[in-house]
Amino acid sequence: MNIDRKLLEHVAEVARIKLSEEEIKKFLPQLEEALEFFSKLKEVNTDDVKPSFQPVELKNAMREDKEKKCISQDDALSLTEHKKDGYFKGPRAV
Amino acid sequence: MQCSEFVEKVKNNEIDIVEHTHKVIEECKKINKDYNYFNVVSEELALVQANKLKKLINGKKADNKKLLGVPVSVKDNICVKGVESTAGSRILKGYKPLFNATAVENAINQGAIVIGKTSQDEFGFGGFSVNAGLGFKIPKNPFDKERSCGGSSGGAGGLAQKATFPHIALGESTGGSIACPANFCGVFGLTPTYGIVSRYGLIDYGNSLDKIGTLGKSSNDAGLLQEVISGYDEKDSTSLNVENERYTEYLGGSVEGLKVGIIKEAFGKGNEKAVENQVYKGIETLKEKGVKAEEISLEMPIKYGLATYYMIATSEASTNLAKYCGMRYGAAEKLRGSFNEYFTKVRSKNFGDEAKRRVILGTFARMAGHRDAFYIKAAKVRTKIINEYKKAFKQFDALISPTVPILPPKFSEIEKLTPLQNYMIDSILVGPNIAGLPHLSVPIGYDQNLPVGMLLTGDHLQEKKLLQLGNLFETTKFHSS
Repeated sequence: MNIDRKLLEHVAEVARIKLSEEEIKKFLPQLEEALEFFSKLKEVNTDDVKPSFQPVELKNAMREDKEKKCISQDDALSLTEHKKDGYFKGPRAV
Repeated sequence: MQCSEFVEKVKNNEIDIVEHTHKVIEECKKINKDYNYFNVVSEELALVQANKLKKLINGKKADNKKLLGVPVSVKDNICVKGVESTAGSRILKGYKPLFNATAVENAINQGAIVIGKTSQDEFGFGGFSVNAGLGFKIPKNPFDKERSCGGSSGGAGGLAQKATFPHIALGESTGGSIACPANFCGVFGLTPTYGIVSRYGLIDYGNSLDKIGTLGKSSNDAGLLQEVISGYDEKDSTSLNVENERYTEYLGGSVEGLKVGIIKEAFGKGNEKAVENQVYKGIETLKEKGVKAEEISLEMPIKYGLATYYMIATSEASTNLAKYCGMRYGAAEKLRGSFNEYFTKVRSKNFGDEAKRRVILGTFARMAGHRDAFYIKAAKVRTKIINEYKKAFKQFDALISPTVPILPPKFSEIEKLTPLQNYMIDSILVGPNIAGLPHLSVPIGYDQNLPVGMLLTGDHLQEKKLLQLGNLFETTKFHSS
């Protein structure tokens, strides 16, 4: 599996991570080695095999659609300095 | 002293729980100076709990509590109300949860005293606990400070061995993170069936893989905490609605007639001879007790487990870690720039190297153009791995292998490994984790004064058989000073 600098920077950007020059140099061969190894899954014949997204079979787990007590607005806001008028405050959107 | 004996003494007022807890906290601080097993020692909480319990004991209202006064440590990725819980990551620095994880809540309801949050690889990303987050310390092996505790529940494993007081650790495994440190620290490590312990309040790594379990000096201790924390929880949609087992009741029972399969592919190439010798001795011990042992081939999990695991785990991790962006809780920066600029700044500054690598690997594996070849392919191979195990359990009560192929390595040796070589430490352990199967690492012996573990893997919900078999090795010497 070839992963070049351009692809690495693109994937990192999608993941909202900015890599330093040093990190790019370090990660490129490491990720290439790992992906090369993971590519051996190609050897396995999986025709007509369904994917498993859970290790044990789970039926639809539903709960009753009822209002329940949850954490208060004050408590929810207590863990950040970025808040205003009872809301979380984020960076500017536009 | 086993924790169940300790509980009886507390009930009978032979031990003053407040005084005892004071001593425990002092010892924790002392151990921590040398070994780095805690990210936080929760002194205040522990003493509040001890005083509360003392009142209950005096009023004769505590007789039904299974963990009365037992010091329990909690891996840092499991939320404890009001106690900083970071999963070993700088991006969660300062985060004090507003609630207890269900596992913690269940333990406290049964009288457990929470003594602190144990150190780990950042978000569980590692097998040696050397990938601690930025600013966090690396736990040292209780037998040799120059060696690793294993990971990712390294602090839990180290403390389980080193503590001279009765203690059980709450750990968590995604791909081997309980068994590996249990092995390297010479204690019992029980990873239960996926879904029997609620993941509510667990800081996610891979949702379809994460399991909260226990580490302790005996199968009795590990089993005791496990039966307390297990149970259906509507707050976790993957929680299994099955009856709770009382694991400790199975201990000491006859194992005659049980049949174990020795996993052929887990022996030979790549294993240290010292490890294999101890495991073979362990198998002989089982045979002497009337257990039947036969070889079985399990090619799929051993040969393709690692690649399958890393594709699924990193994919899930990359979505789980998307929520850490410097808003609502955890690390934050001045609000400057656009949303994307702000998120990128916080994430780039506060994630460690391995977190960045795994987020990048997982994002790649899920991207259009690669998704079918990597993520979906791995999910299909996962089905084949699960089926191979299920077939084996038609024939066997448990499967046997070394827990890890080597003795605890030195930090200087680990430094030389590439990330992929690091991943190899879990080559045997990823199989049961992918398939959500319970597994128990049993301390079976020592070589060069370093511990060796044997892995027992069972079918879904067959924890009791593993503990019953593991209990035969209870006489293993402990190295607590």
